[in-house]
Amino acid sequence: MNNYTNKVVQPDFSKSPRIDKVGVEERVSKFQKRSLKRETKLMGLRMALSMIDLTTLEGKDTIQKVKQMCYKAQHLHDVFPNLPKVAAVCVYPSMVRVASKLLDQSEVKVASVSTSFPSGQSPLKVKLMETKFAISEGADEIDMVISRGKFLAGEYNFVFDEIARIKEVCGNVRLKVILETGELITLDNVRRASEIAMYAGADFIKTSTGKIQPAASMQVTYVMLEAIRDFMDKTGIKVGMKPAGGISNSKLALHNLVMVNEVLGNGWLSNEWFRFGASSLANDLLMQIIKSETGIYQSSDYFSID
Amino acid sequence: MNIWSKVSPSEKSKYIYRIARLMQERARELAIIETLDSGKVIRESRDIDIPLACNHFFYYAGWTDKLQYAFPNKKVSPLGVVGQIIPWNFPLLMAAWKIAPALAAGNTVVLKPAETTSLTALKLAEIIRDSGLPDGVVNIVTGYGDTGAELVNHYDINKIAFTGSTTVGKIIQKSISGSDKKVTLELGGKSANIILEDAPIDQAVEGIINGIFFNQGHVCCAGSRLFVQESIYDIIIKKLKRRIDKLIIGDPLDKNTDIGAINSKEQLNTINNYINIGKSEGSKIFQSSYKLPNKGYYCAPTIFTDVSQSNRIFQEEIFGPVLTIQTFRTIDEVIKKANNSPYGLAAGVWSDKGSRVFNLSSKLRAGVVWANTYNKFDPTSPFGGYKESGFGREGGLHGLSPYINLK
Repeated sequence: MNNYTNKVVQPDFSKSPRIDKVGVEERVSKFQKRSLKRETKLMGLRMALSMIDLTTLEGKDTIQKVKQMCYKAQHLHDVFPNLPKVAAVCVYPSMVRVASKLLDQSEVKVASVSTSFPSGQSPLKVKLMETKFAISEGADEIDMVISRGKFLAGEYNFVFDEIARIKEVCGNVRLKVILETGELITLDNVRRASEIAMYAGADFIKTSTGKIQPAASMQVTYVMLEAIRDFMDKTGIKVGMKPAGGISNSKLALHNLVMVNEVLGNGWLSNEWFRFGASSLANDLLMQIIKSETGIYQSSDYFSID
Repeated sequence: MNIWSKVSPSEKSKYIYRIARLMQERARELAIIETLDSGKVIRESRDIDIPLACNHFFYYAGWTDKLQYAFPNKKVSPLGVVGQIIPWNFPLLMAAWKIAPALAAGNTVVLKPAETTSLTALKLAEIIRDSGLPDGVVNIVTGYGDTGAELVNHYDINKIAFTGSTTVGKIIQKSISGSDKKVTLELGGKSANIILEDAPIDQAVEGIINGIFFNQGHVCCAGSRLFVQESIYDIIIKKLKRRIDKLIIGDPLDKNTDIGAINSKEQLNTINNYINIGKSEGSKIFQSSYKLPNKGYYCAPTIFTDVSQSNRIFQEEIFGPVLTIQTFRTIDEVIKKANNSPYGLAAGVWSDKGSRVFNLSSKLRAGVVWANTYNKFDPTSPFGGYKESGFGREGGLHGLSPYINLK
């Protein structure tokens, strides 16, 4: 649990380390060129499956859809035995109760977005209330968004305080802080926002809401991973990472795992510390796993969409 | 028409393009041969050496019919027969750097590859034959130093282009004195890589790694002298060590290998000898803890801290994966220290501030200065040294002028 704020004064965020975009691109391209042999690849595919936060965040979500998703979270592809379950389902606060009832006896967690997701455009009072509501409905994890407008205006203390207040309300419920990197524009900003979130008490930092493009590019995730490592060096506190949005196929998921392993080490290679926010990724992983184990690539019609 | 200098420019261009395309078609084969022959990792031969070699031919193919415009108000003619001697660190790439501009300018070529790495040059000869280039225009002659000496001293040679050690470069210059042979030399280096306190730290660490461990440090422009501003010294060293420990050392043919094998037993001995000198000079050594393969010539990536300007490991070219590190406090200090070397091939500057980069790059006496990157090569960009790193440029328009007569 990240309780850093109680112990030490936070640094001057305007002096966060600078990021060189060209250098980042070059580094990332090296992860993309790593080749994984059969066994390792299969291990990676299974690992990625267990790291998924299966997500539905639509205005038109129905109770039935959430129910279906909760079932799928535990039964990804029953005709094929010994598959892992996903890490969590991620829903709006109004759907938490439904999900939480269905997943009560399961190790699959219920994550709720909060703080006026996806824009974050409401007063702190409302954000606190919404978070409390989600927790009282049974959320195990909270995915909050930062106030990007305030961040871009340079009001870092405002952003920091908001996260810290939400964290207070969360208590032992794990807090993921969504930076919405697609709105932060530069990698310098991604680095700075990562630091603000971690020093303010984030248990996880997360790239995007999935509503804004570009979402979880490997460049952005890489910069956040470096920030996590530096935070660990300075404070001894381990923070998790969740790229979300845009990771729709197995290859990209494996590249991400290679990157986590090389930047942070295998201490982060479990769903306690690394998650994928995705909905379509699961089926692609299933198809690849079955292809690797049986040698046959099946049609997508054999895999349930919800 | 079999006389190359009389072949029309547009025809010349076609031949050179054809060579480039044939090389591209056989890129995989060339990459594997290069790795087998030299010990460099397949990732580098596949992604850097071979594509870049092709690009040099593509680039110079475009110049053949534009020479009059490249050198306005002059009459351009070829030199005649050029002798070219290349080293073992980038066998095919160096052959391309030498042959492509020479052909574009209308010369014929006799090229001698290094004795330890002749295979891709011979493969290139096969490709050139397949391209239909008239017989005798490009000649590849293998052999040791004595073959090189024959070439240098031959009365029919009009120009010598040499890439290799400064020692041999000096011998060549002595042997051609008194003749009217032209010469360009691309020699050794001990290049400075300078990290200022406002640098993008993690990318700078990557740049340091790339600067010194690219091709096992067998790079004439390797960033082998690292200067780190003292306020960020601790963090840079910490991150650098952690990163070095993550480098995968082993079979060069494995796509995941980061650091391959040392080119030859002799070179491994030279490097190990310098590592011992470094220890006896009192510098602190750190080496990757990665387990080296039992078989083959391997050298763990090595860094030396607490090095002084007067140490031999800081002054002499090691040509291996050995980095020497010093700190500095002011910009003036680092400029003085960086320039305090008989070499002047390349340098790197890392800073977030443009004005600092330009200030340093204009004061460093080095042929190439990279800003916030290192070891970047492009056929359009001239490459070459100051001082004992040689003279003459390869690449770009500058790379043509050593191969032509102007009237």
